[in-house]
Parts: sequence; structure tokens; C-alpha cells
Amino acid sequence: MAYSEKLLEHFKTPKNVGTLDKNAANVGTGLVGAPECGDVMRLQIEVDDESKVIKDAKFKTFGCGSAIASSSLATEWLKGKTIDEALAIDNMAIVEELALPPVKIHCSVLAEDAIKGAISDYKKKNGIVEPA
Amino acid sequence: MNQSNLIYLDNNSTTPTDPRVVEAMLPYFTQHFGNAASRNHPFGWAAESGVDKAREQVADLINADTREIIFTSGATEGDNLALKGVFEMYSRKGNHIITLKTEHKAVLDSCKKIEKMGGEVTYLDVNPDGLVDLSKLEAAMTDKTILVSIMWANNETGVIQPMKAIGDICAKKGVLFMSDATQAVGKIPVDPKATGVHLMAFTGHKMYGPKGVGALYVNRKNPRVKVTSQMDGGGHERGMRSGTLNVPAIVGFGKAAELAKAEMEVEAKRLAGLRDKLESALMANMEECYINGNTDHRMPHVTNISFKHVEGEGLMMTFNQNIGVSSGSACTSASLEPSYVLIALGLGDDLAHSSIRFSLGRFTTEAEIDATIEQVTKGVNHMRDLSPIWEMYKEGVDLDAVVWAEH
Repeated sequence: MAYSEKLLEHFKTPKNVGTLDKNAANVGTGLVGAPECGDVMRLQIEVDDESKVIKDAKFKTFGCGSAIASSSLATEWLKGKTIDEALAIDNMAIVEELALPPVKIHCSVLAEDAIKGAISDYKKKNGIVEPA
Repeated sequence: MNQSNLIYLDNNSTTPTDPRVVEAMLPYFTQHFGNAASRNHPFGWAAESGVDKAREQVADLINADTREIIFTSGATEGDNLALKGVFEMYSRKGNHIITLKTEHKAVLDSCKKIEKMGGEVTYLDVNPDGLVDLSKLEAAMTDKTILVSIMWANNETGVIQPMKAIGDICAKKGVLFMSDATQAVGKIPVDPKATGVHLMAFTGHKMYGPKGVGALYVNRKNPRVKVTSQMDGGGHERGMRSGTLNVPAIVGFGKAAELAKAEMEVEAKRLAGLRDKLESALMANMEECYINGNTDHRMPHVTNISFKHVEGEGLMMTFNQNIGVSSGSACTSASLEPSYVLIALGLGDDLAHSSIRFSLGRFTTEAEIDATIEQVTKGVNHMRDLSPIWEMYKEGVDLDAVVWAEH
């Protein structure tokens, strides 16, 4: 697979690798994928309860180079955004930024699912109801 | 043979052409360039002579008669010719073929085509170590069975099937026995007559010969086997495979066979030593590593290891700037399916995604193995630091009990 420079950079030195306390009230955890599929992403966000700004984001991924780069990039993009702004992150933006080949687009979809999963988890823990 | 610090451990995919083979081939491009079928002038005679010698060298390697060697463009063609050729030739005798789920695609896809042509094919399961169950094989045979197709050594795991035992069953039942022996010929002693194999496909580029040339062994006595040609036009190769012979490649193939016969025993011992060093070091350096396939009946130069909780393509990317290997991961295949061979061994998708195949070769050095041990160990540890399922495993979470949010 001929990967882009940006992708290789994220793969070689991934950003924000780690674990937040999933039991903390202001941490949202998104765990998507399955070992049988060869892709598991865990994305976590630490949210400022007042401003709803994502203060910190961490990830760990079991997957190929594209999966790791996609989730690494996602954590970079999440930091500093509000959770509503974060919901607008679209997988195609990840595809463009990393120049993902067509056969790897599903890795970016998984990253988007992980973002949404983390935000949904935070909202559930904090009693935030989705607008009708 | 090594360009700077590049390490090649993917010899099951192809091998570098031995410089001695290249040297043998060169005169046949510009000097003895004639068509081997031109019987009426020195240009043709010189080419024919080169082919005759190569045919002897190839036959000699597998203890066959020169009249039993049909030159092809490779093992894929040989498999096609054997399977479809037997199916067509013996159609009055029956239409049932038995093979294994772990065969190469050249066999499996030919079988699929044969099914479309009205044939019946039984795809047998293998045991978890990759070996065929002989009683299941015998039980699958009917009075319509005309052919059993079982590969000598598996390309992914290196597992060697009990060829003599299979041959005995086929002889008893009067069924032809065909083998894709691509991964075995030239590397371990392969004697079709001694094992009861009637047809055997193999290729040059897996034994330090050039790409684009191979052979199909077709037994000519007790029983006399024939195949309906799949390539028509001129009647070359005893009417079984038409087409102008690729003389330089055939000459190279012959030379490669000669070298293999002479060097096989010593080389196999040396490679087994290096393979064992690589394998035991990796198993000792890290926990949760699993060797795939029977280790007693295995090619000396192959090891297929699953590194649990680490995905294969990602792992390869930690060292593939200078080490070449293969993986059974879905992420490395164009179809996004994990290795069907490893799945047939009952591995489970997650271990299939985590597998790496190391296949050593004639030009592999001990220094390269040492460097590989170091880089792969580093790579696995790095990927485990990134892996959420490794973290969960270390925390004592039962991963089989987790309900995954699949997409």
C-alpha cells in the first residue's frame, strides 16, 4: 500500500495515545469495531462541563496503518472543539487529509463512529438529551 | 544479493533468480534464439538442445522420465491443465473431484469452473494443524471420483501433507492423485512415483528460477495418464500444451532444478536452523504468540506466527521499510477477507488478522535474522502499546465475552 506522508507520520508518531478514566463523569468513551473485523478503535474525550469544549482526547487502536492514522488524526481534530462542533466531523474529511486509498475508506468511517460514540457516551452520563 | 539493508523474507511469494541461472539463460536470448520447434536448421537445433537438457534436469530433480515433463507458463497453468484436463479426459469415468479448503486459488478457482461445467467437487476440511484427515478423504470417495487434488506443502503455513498415505488410498480406490507441489519442489525431496502422485504442478520462480515458466509432471506408465489440452495450436509438449516454448526461461528452470538437487539438503538444514532461531526468539520475547500449522510436518524455511491483539498490516508497517514478509490480515488483501487458509485451520478471524508469514531463502543470512528478531519484537511491542484490546487483555477482561459495537 503506498501511503501518503501525512498518514505515515501519524502512524510512526501517533498523537494522543493513551487512556482516560472511563469512570469519570466528564469523560466519554467510544469503543467501535470488533477483533474479528481486524479493527477496534477506542476514542476518549475529556469535556469541560461548563463550556462543553473537549479539553483532551486519547485513542488506542487495533488495526492497520490507515485505522491508526485515522484515529490519531481524529484526536487532534477533537481537541479544542465543542461536542457539537465535533459531531460535524465527517469521515470524508479524514479521507482527504490522509489521502486514504478507496479500499481504506472504511477506516475513516470507523473513526467517525468512534467520535460519535464518545460524545454519545458523555451525553448519556451527563443526562444531556438529544433534541427531538 | 542484498540491496543495502533490505531484508527479504517472502520467498514463498517468489524468489530472486539465482545469478548462476541468469548466466545459463543469457545465451538463449541473442545467440541461441531459435524456435525450439524449428527442426530444420541450426538455429532451431540449438534451442531444442537447450530445452532437451533442461527437461532432463527438471525430470532428474523429481525422479521422473523426460517424457513426463510438460513445460508450462507456471504452476497456475499447471494446476488448470491438470484439473480441467483430467476432468475433460476422464469424463466418461466420472465427474467427482476431491480437494482441500486450504489449496491455492489456482486449484480452488479451477474447481469452481469445473463445477460450472457440470463437475462435482468436495472441498474437505482440514484438522486444526492443517493436515488432511485420511479417513474423511477415503469416505468422500465415490464411484464417480476421478481425481484427488492435494498440495504437497502449503504456501501460507508450510505444512506438508502425508503424501504417501494419500497416494496409497488413491491407488487402492483407482483414483488419480494430483498435487500442486509449487512450495515443495527444489526445497525438499519430492518423488511423485514413490508417493503415488500421478500429476504434479510446479514452477520456476519458487526455486530461484525465472518467472513465467513451470512444468506439469504427467505419469506415463501404470497408469498412463493423459490430460485434454487447455492451450491448443500446434500440438507442442506431446499435444498437451501448445505454444512456442519460452526457451531462455526453460533453460533457466533447468539450471535452477540442477542447483536445487545439488544444494537442497544442506540448504534445508541451514534454513531450518535460521527459521528455528527466528521463531523461538520471537516466541520467547513476547507472550500471546501462536505458531500456525503443524510444526513436525512443515517446510524447513517457513514460520507463520499470529501476534495476538496486534493487526498484521499495522505490524508490518513498523518494519516494512526494510523487511519484506506477508500477512494473513484482511487489510493486506484486495478482497478485504482474511486468509482463508488460516480460517480453515480454525484460527478465528482475529488471529488470522494478526498473522505474519516469514519465508526464508537461499540468500537469507543469520545477520538478517538477528535484525528481524529485533525489529519485529520492537514492532509488536509498539503496536501493543497502541492496542485497546491488548490493554483490555492485560486488565484481565474476557474479550470473548465483550459485546462489540460492529459496523
